[in-house]
Amino acid sequence: MSDVLVYVLHYDGAFNKNSLGAISEGAARAAEVGGACDAVVVGAGASLGDDLCRSLGRYGARRVFRAEGPEGLAQPVVDVMDRVISEHGHRYAIFGGGLLGFEIGAGLAARRRAGVTMEVTAVRAQDGELVADRPILGDTKISVSRYRGELGIIIGRINAFEVREVGGDQAEVVDLSVEYSPWSMQAEMVTRGEQRGADIDIEGADVLVAGGRGLGNAEGFQMAEQLAGAFGGNAAVAATRAVVDAGWYPYAAQIGQTGKTVSPKLYLAAGISGAIQHKVGMQSSENIVAINKDPNAPIFEFSDLGVVGDLNKILPKLTEAIRTRKAG
Amino acid sequence: MKICVLVKEVPDAAVEKRIDPSTGRMDRSGERNLNPYDTHAIEAAMQLREGGALQVDEIVAVTMGPESAVRALHKAVSLGADRSLHLSDGSLAGSDVAATGYALAKALERESPDLVLLGQQSDDGECYTIGAVVADHLRMPSLTQVVKLEVDGDALRLERQAEYGYDTVRVKLPAVISVGDAINEPRYPSLKAIMGAKKKPLEMVSAVDVGIDASLVGADGSRVHCGEFKEPPAKAAGQVFEDENTDETVAKIVDWLVERKLI
Ligand SMILES: Cc1cc2nc3c(=O)[nH]c(=O)nc-3n(C[C@H](O)[C@H](O)[C@H](O)COP(=O)(O)OP(=O)(O)OC[C@H]3O[C@@H](n4cnc5c(N)ncnc54)[C@H](O)[C@@H]3O)c2cc1C
Ligand SMILES: Nc1ncnc2c1ncn2[C@@H]1O[C@H](COP(=O)(O)O)[C@@H](O)[C@H]1O
Repeated sequence: MSDVLVYVLHYDGAFNKNSLGAISEGAARAAEVGGACDAVVVGAGASLGDDLCRSLGRYGARRVFRAEGPEGLAQPVVDVMDRVISEHGHRYAIFGGGLLGFEIGAGLAARRRAGVTMEVTAVRAQDGELVADRPILGDTKISVSRYRGELGIIIGRINAFEVREVGGDQAEVVDLSVEYSPWSMQAEMVTRGEQRGADIDIEGADVLVAGGRGLGNAEGFQMAEQLAGAFGGNAAVAATRAVVDAGWYPYAAQIGQTGKTVSPKLYLAAGISGAIQHKVGMQSSENIVAINKDPNAPIFEFSDLGVVGDLNKILPKLTEAIRTRKAG
Repeated sequence: MKICVLVKEVPDAAVEKRIDPSTGRMDRSGERNLNPYDTHAIEAAMQLREGGALQVDEIVAVTMGPESAVRALHKAVSLGADRSLHLSDGSLAGSDVAATGYALAKALERESPDLVLLGQQSDDGECYTIGAVVADHLRMPSLTQVVKLEVDGDALRLERQAEYGYDTVRVKLPAVISVGDAINEPRYPSLKAIMGAKKKPLEMVSAVDVGIDASLVGADGSRVHCGEFKEPPAKAAGQVFEDENTDETVAKIVDWLVERKLI
């Protein structure tokens, strides 16, 4: 028997889409190795009502282990999963990705002396075991992980696991009372989910002009805004985490692992290197154009049209040319 | 208090990384350097010391790696660390993330740090997770990707971006914190600091010295086994050209967009 345990993240009364994908994946793969998929949820009791928890059955969860505990922190969840696995002997733990998934999966690996693989893009059953594909070296190779020992931990890349509805709202809810380890209680959430800056909609845009550190400073974003303006209609400006963390552009415009996932008709990157955590949020865009002065920038590996050059020279002229074209 | 900073030697970013087909491990030959993400962790330690809100008595750079990794330690010392600890042992070669984190935790245990700082990712391994592994072995709280760090009484107040926006967390020491690269602008070492780095105390320890259980490290002790590599699905290569004459470049981009009905 090879059961799978999945951590399901929730916020504001809803489950995280990547966590639901992890349940779908966990249930499908567990079935192939003769097991079932259970879920773990941790939070304030009121935020995790019976109906909400039972609804995880829709994605394939058999049981939902529910523990009262702090939200948004990794180590309390490690305590809960450690307890569930020690009592029920799950063979694999799967996470949908995201920051917390990485932290919980790694902490759990330490706690239970387990193997862990991150950034996994596919899981397969082979000879009664699960193996995981992990792209490495800037996605130019895929390394296949196999697990030894009692527990194998799989942390997915975001958007790797598709959400599939397979059942009804009948997952069994099992309440746990967990005594948290002292070091889990040393961290306390002060504020969670602060948005910082204007509320912009990038998910609905047909054209996205995305800016990165190459724009130089907050003022550099005006060039991106003017270009988006030249396209007119449904065009918007998006950003990388590097520039959002630096305060150059609002968080709502961020694409990537801890930002939005977008698939516009046109995505045009200006001064963006194309890190994996950015790529996962935009790779399904229909047309990808990149302007970067470094010919070795990873973004050229997945762009349809790449221009090696200085954006300070190119963007203003491109804006002008598109305006003229539109006017004519 | 004592701050330990984890640092790693990695292939220079300009060198093409590859897998050695004979061993199935990453080919780590060629130009090597201090992992650039770790310079932000050293800088964060320096700013805590200079900030004065905490009494920082010592900053110790710690690495696990082959002999050549001393260069990363020298660089760390030139950036401000007072001394360094080098865990080096043939039995550690081939350790996966969990085994590496365990071994580093054993080395750190002997230092009993009040705070462990590390980078958000290693340029070669890119696991983002060593901090979380180390922390749980040390029975310390852990937070990763921290972009703001302030002293708040007997605790630290940290900010980082998680799945739903920015979180602010208060954490009591001792703790393990990985810092994001937006947290600070690392300083350049002075020529004097570079020259003096080799004279600062450097201790080399083996796996046995720090009490590592040999069955939990190295390729055999690792719980993840990888040795099979595949090619990713082929993707049609895009067109890339250099901007030589910007008017022509712009015309080319516009034509390309028009062809695809994007304008
Ligand atoms: C757990 C985790 C989560 C993350 N989540 C996200 C996320 O959600 N979204 C995200 O975007 N990132 C995320 N990141 C960060 C990511 O790894 C990269 O650090 C970030 O995407 C880099 O942003 P950038 O491309 O703007 O900056 P850089 O990587 O610094 O690239 C800047 C580029 O600009 C080019 N450039 C500079 N000047 C010019 C010029 N004048 N003309 C043309 N080109 C120029 C340079 O050649 C360079 O390629 C995450 C990282 C981690 C570890
Ligand atoms: N062998 C090592 N020795 C010391 N520190 C390391 C080692 N490997 C990783 N680290 C630290 O862990 C951070 C994250 O690395 P990784 O989890 O491999 O992406 C790095 O920035 C380093 O600070």
